[in-house]
Parts: sequence; C-alpha cells; structure tokens
Amino acid sequence: MLTLIGGAAVLALLLFFTVRNYAVQVAQQGQDSILEASAKSMLDAATIRDGVVELDLPYSAFSILSTAADDRVFYAILQDGNFLSGYEDLTFSDSQTFQSDYIRGSGVRKISASRTLIGANRRTELQIVVAQTKDALSETLDRISRNTALLGIGFFVLAVALSFWATSTTIGQLGKLTTSVTRRGPQDLSPFAKPVPREMVPLVSSLNSLMGRLDQSLSQSEDFIAEAAHRVRTPLATVRSYAEATLQRVDKEENREAMRSMVKAIDESSRAAGQLLDHAMITFRADHLERDEIDLVDLVTDLVQRMTPIAEMKDLSLKVLGVPRAPYSGDPVLIQNAVRNLIDNAMKYGPAESSIEITVSANPRPRITVCDHGSGFPSSEIGTLTTRFQRGANAKDTIGSGLGLTIAQDVAMAHGGGIELENQPEGGACVTLSF
Amino acid sequence: MRNLIVLALVFLCHAGWAQDWEDQQIFKEAQATATLRIISSTDTDLFAPLIEAFVSRNPDIAIEYLVTGTADLDRRFRRTPDAFDIAISSAMDLQFRLTNDGYALELDGVSHPAWAQWRRSLFAFTSEPAAIVINRAAFDGQPIPQTRQELIEALRARPEVFRGRVGTYDVRQSGLGYLFATQDARASETFWRLMEVMGGLDARLYCCSGDMIDDLTNGTIAVAYNVLGSYAEARAESQDVFEIILPSDFPTTMMRTALVSKETGEPEAAQRFIQFLVTYQFEPTDVTRTLPPLHDRENGTERATIALEPTLMTFLDALKRDKFLTEWENALIQN
Ligand SMILES: Nc1ncnc2c1ncn2[C@@H]1O[C@H](COP(=O)(O)OP(=O)(O)OP(=O)(O)O)[C@@H](O)[C@H]1O
Ligand SMILES: [Mg+2]
Repeated sequence: MLTLIGGAAVLALLLFFTVRNYAVQVAQQGQDSILEASAKSMLDAATIRDGVVELDLPYSAFSILSTAADDRVFYAILQDGNFLSGYEDLTFSDSQTFQSDYIRGSGVRKISASRTLIGANRRTELQIVVAQTKDALSETLDRISRNTALLGIGFFVLAVALSFWATSTTIGQLGKLTTSVTRRGPQDLSPFAKPVPREMVPLVSSLNSLMGRLDQSLSQSEDFIAEAAHRVRTPLATVRSYAEATLQRVDKEENREAMRSMVKAIDESSRAAGQLLDHAMITFRADHLERDEIDLVDLVTDLVQRMTPIAEMKDLSLKVLGVPRAPYSGDPVLIQNAVRNLIDNAMKYGPAESSIEITVSANPRPRITVCDHGSGFPSSEIGTLTTRFQRGANAKDTIGSGLGLTIAQDVAMAHGGGIELENQPEGGACVTLSF
Repeated sequence: MRNLIVLALVFLCHAGWAQDWEDQQIFKEAQATATLRIISSTDTDLFAPLIEAFVSRNPDIAIEYLVTGTADLDRRFRRTPDAFDIAISSAMDLQFRLTNDGYALELDGVSHPAWAQWRRSLFAFTSEPAAIVINRAAFDGQPIPQTRQELIEALRARPEVFRGRVGTYDVRQSGLGYLFATQDARASETFWRLMEVMGGLDARLYCCSGDMIDDLTNGTIAVAYNVLGSYAEARAESQDVFEIILPSDFPTTMMRTALVSKETGEPEAAQRFIQFLVTYQFEPTDVTRTLPPLHDRENGTERATIALEPTLMTFLDALKRDKFLTEWENALIQN
C-alpha cells in the first residue's frame, strides 16, 4: 500500500516538473519570437538617405509587445555601436541572440538584431535591441504551474484511490473468507461454495481440497478407535469366558490359583485396553470439542440410573444432590465418561454398604462433586494421582489402569475447567469437576 | 467646506523654480498633517472642486497643486521625481513613458478597470475628445463643418476670412498637442492636408488650450483645431460664442492620467487620493463634475480612445519625433 502511494507521489512530482519545464520553454519561446518580430519590424523600417540613417519606427513594433500583464518595454537603436535613440542604458553583450537581464528594477528578456545598410558611399551597421519585462510570462507560468500542480495532485489522488480500491477489494474478500473459516464449527469441513474473485479461486480450491482430506482422515481415525476397542475387547472377553469355564473344571488348588490370576490379568488388560481407548477417544473429542445444550442434572441422573445395578451388587446407594437444574453447553459423551470414572472410583475404593453422594451445583460455575465414605486418597500421593497410569498405594488389590482421574481431568480441562481432589475431614474422598 | 482655506500663493519675491508655475494653490483643512504635492497640466479651476471634496473627506491631507504644461511637467518630474507625490497630465504618451521608465509607484490598493490603468501605476480618469471649436460669428450663414474634410473645404472656400485666424497647438511645445497630432497622423492622411491648408492660412500656434480659447473668445481666431472640448465647455460664455465640433470622420479621445511618484514620501495618502480621483471620475454621481468623467468602454467610444499600451512610445522615439516635427513644420510653417 505504502509502496503504491509512494510510487504515485513520485510519478505525480515527475509529471509536475516535466510539464512545467516544458511549459517554461514554450512560454519563453513565445516571448522570444514576439521580441524577434518586433526587432525585425524596426530594422525593416530603416533606410539610408544621403548617408543618414532614417528609422521610422513602425507602430506595430510596439503594438505586438502589448501584454495583458502590462509588460514594460525598452529598446535601443545603435548605428555602428553608437547610440541613436531609445534607452541608452539598454546594452547588449554579444554571444547569444536572446538574453535575460535586469533593467530598472525588473527582470527582462532581450533580443538584438542587426542589419547592414548600404548607402551611396558607405556601409553602416544598424543594431536594434528590444527588451521586455517578464510579467506576462511569469503570470502564464504561475497559471500553468497551478494547473500542473492540480493535475499532479489529481493524478496522485486518483492513483491512491485506485490502489486503495484494488487492495480493499482483494483484502476485503480475503477478510470475508477468513471470517467464514473462523466462524465454522469444528465438525464443519464442507467445501466453501460462495463465489470469490477470480484471483482467489486457486486459494479457495486448494483450501477446499485440504479440508476434504482432513475430513476423510478424521472420520477414519474415529472409526479406527471404535474398531480397535471392539477388536481388543471381543477376544479378551472370549479368553476370559474360557478361563472361567476352565476354572470350574480344575480341581487342583495350585492350578485354580493360576487360573484365578490369569482371569485377573485378563481383567486388568481388558480394563487397561478399555481405558486406553476411552482416553484416546477423549483426547480426540476434546480436540474437536462439540458443545450441546445439556442439563448436567439430567445427565448425572441418567448415568446413575445406568450404574445402579452394579452399585446394588455392593449394597451401595448412589444419591444425586444439589440444584434441580444445571443447564450447560458441553459434550455430553465426555462429561458422562468423566463422571462415570469418578463414580467407578468411589465404588472401587469406598466401603460396601455405604452411600455415594453426587452433588450438582450451577453457580458460580457448573460443578459436579462425587464423594464416598471410604478411607480417602493416600494423603502423600494426592498431588500426583491425576497423572497418567499413576495409581495410589491403596489400589494394590483393585483392578485398574491409573487412567480414570486422567480422563476426568482432561474432560474438565477441555471444557475450560479443572479437577480437584480432597479428603473430607470426617473421612472419605471427594472429587470435584468444574466446567 | 467653510473652514477650508484656499490659498492662492504668488511667489513673485521668492527665488527659484517656484516662479515658473502657471498656477500654484494649497488646499488644506486646519488639522492637515501630510501634504501631497501634485504636479499637473490641468487648470486649477477644473480640478479645484474635486480636490476640495477630497480634502474635506480627508482633513489630514493637504494638497499643493502646481500647474505647468505637459512637456514641462515631464521634464521637471524626470529631473526631481522626489519633489512631487503625484503627476497628472493629459499627455498620455509622456505619462506612459514615465511609468515605463520606472518613475511610477505600483499601487495595489486601487481598484480600477484594467483598460483604464497600466501596471497598477498609471490611472486614467477622464475621457476627453479632441474638438474643433469655431467662433459662430465667422460661420454666420455658412454650414458648420462636421469632419476634417469639410473643415478643409470651408477654409479653402473663404481664405480671406480665415487668414491668420486659425489656431492649433504648437506640437513642439505642447505634449498634448503632439499626442493629438501624432494620433491624427496615424489615423488618416487628411490630417496632413488640413495642416497644409492651415499652414497656408498662417495658422497661429499655441502652447495651451487656455490661450487658444481666450483668442477664440475675443475673436482673434475663428477656428481652433484639436482643442480640448472640455476646456471650451468650461467657459461660461461658451454657449453663445462657440460651436464645439467632435469630428465625425475619426474622433480622437484621450484620457487624462495620474501616477504616484516612486519616490513619494506619502505613499498611503497618495494612494487614497488616486482611489478618490478614479472613483469620483468613474462612478455615477449626482455631483456636477467640472472634469469630464471617464466613460466606460461599453458605450462605443473605445475605438476612438487612445489606449494605454506601449504603442504610445512610438512617436516619442527621438528619430521618429524629429521626422514628424520636420514634416509638421514643413506643412504648417510655410513662410
Ligand atoms: N475414591 C477413592 N478413594 C480412595 N482412593 C482413590 C479413590 N479414587 C481414586 N483413588 C486412588 O487414585 C488412584 C488413581 O485412580 P484412577 O481412577 O486414576 O486409577 P484406577 O482407579 O487405579 O484405575 P482405572 O483406570 O481402572 O480407574 C487409584 O489407584 C487410587 O489409589
Ligand atoms: Mg479408577
């Protein structure tokens, strides 16, 4: 932009000086030729009679020197270098035909012309000098300069306006494209269909093809995760059912022991595989967070209903407490997954025949707190339990992978919140997700 | 106007150039602080009402009005440009050359149409045609000539009546006379024939319009050629005695001009005077002006009016002037 304006300014200045220079020459030539005509007409009026030069100054010699600016006129008539009439202080050194000079306080342009007169018995040289002030000339030049300056300024303004227009149309289109890219939802990878200027067609079409490829690879990886979970869990379930069946048939205590640890190991890897895939799924969804309008109370109640059968097996009761409604826009799949992991922990590490309280609050920020009545987190490890694969000292005998809290934390952070672990003074662990 | 003191000063006993003035008057109010010295070729009585009006409106400025002939005015002004603040003359060519030669001050504050000024330095303020003035008595029962040609015929028809009784300017002495004569000569050959006829009748030559009209009034001459009509009209008795003829073949009209000396000590007061002068003479007014007003060029007189332009210098050229005067003398002075 600046380059364009600078270029336009330079061009405008160049235009101004070229035109002005040319005008100066033309105007000066105009005055010179009038001076020349005047001097010539004076010379033509000269005659020699009886050896005496007679010069009957023609009226026209002066009338052509009349200008609108009332220029002053000076002339001198010399015979063989001797002054005859006119202005004695008007002199002319040789060399050029036209000269600029200063006479009686005014700058003048002057010309000298001469002619040889041949009389009966002698030759004589008659010289005429005519000078004129340059007021009309400088008035003309002022006018031309003014007009040229206007022309230059007009040219400059036009060039700047044009360059503004050109850049703003391109940049405006680019800006429109940018906002429409920014405004799109994370899942919207459809091609841009709006018409764009011809220059931008390649950009938009390569952008469209990039998005096409991105869309394809994203759906591929989503499919891949689901597929992978299925592929790992199914054979593990088969192996486990075979191991259970074998356990029934084996009588030898040491073999039964081996079968039991085999089942446990299968459970561990099944759990680990499930959690790993969940974690991967959560990482993926968190990157392309899709927010829906949901009610956290509904969501928790729904989840609790589904988990109640498992809880009842341990004589545990799940209680939903807090506000009746907590509207929030977030990813329900992720939030359910996080809360399920917390309830899962509370059931695993809390005592049987007790209750688990799930409290939903809405103000100032939506929060979900899950509390149990167990022994609580090992206090020395409470700061590190949310890191990946990190399990507590109290988890020796329970099946787990150390990813549950990590998943809950990732979900909370993906929604712009966080996780908080604490032990209640009267015993029992509390985990709070805030959004 | 009551407290205006008009002083007619006669410097008979005082030595120096002051003696040479045709007339010399001071116009001043009591509180005048500045004095403008005006050197003029116009008779005081024609100018006095204008100056009095100016002085009463500008009581801080006094005017010293000095009268002399056009050629003398040019000589004096060139010799001592610092002795005068304003030069007023009917010889447009001499005034023009003064301006061209750089004796005039450029006045940026005076508003006047372009055709009536030159270089914002020389300002025209009257339009005055050159006239043939005749004594009615001499043409009793005869047709009044309306053109130069008719005048020639009238003079030729009755030489006994007009011998020694025709008058014109002595162009060698009078700047205005020279201006009129050269303009006539440029316009038509009739001028030279008229001069020859007048020369044949032993024409009387005058330095000034005033003298010529005096002689016309008392009957010394019967025809005055190229006299200023304005001067003749100014004479109270003119209505009965004269006939003022503006020749219809080619009228010649000159404009009286004023300029401010470049060496004036009172440029501001001088500019005020010039502005007053041109306004008084150009704007329509109810006041009866003693000087003929400056006519706008719209009304058709412009072709006859001598223009303020460099051509005025043509006949001032020494060689050209010598040639012209020689021819003029040959025509007019025949014995
Ligand atoms: N409610 C709780 N009471 C006591 N300790 C707990 C509780 N919840 C979690 N912990 C401790 O925090 C550790 C980490 O929990 P996390 O849920 O991340 O892993 P995990 O439960 O061992 O395995 P999984 O990935 O199968 O859930 C647990 O191993 C346990 O020591
Ligand atoms: Mg867990």
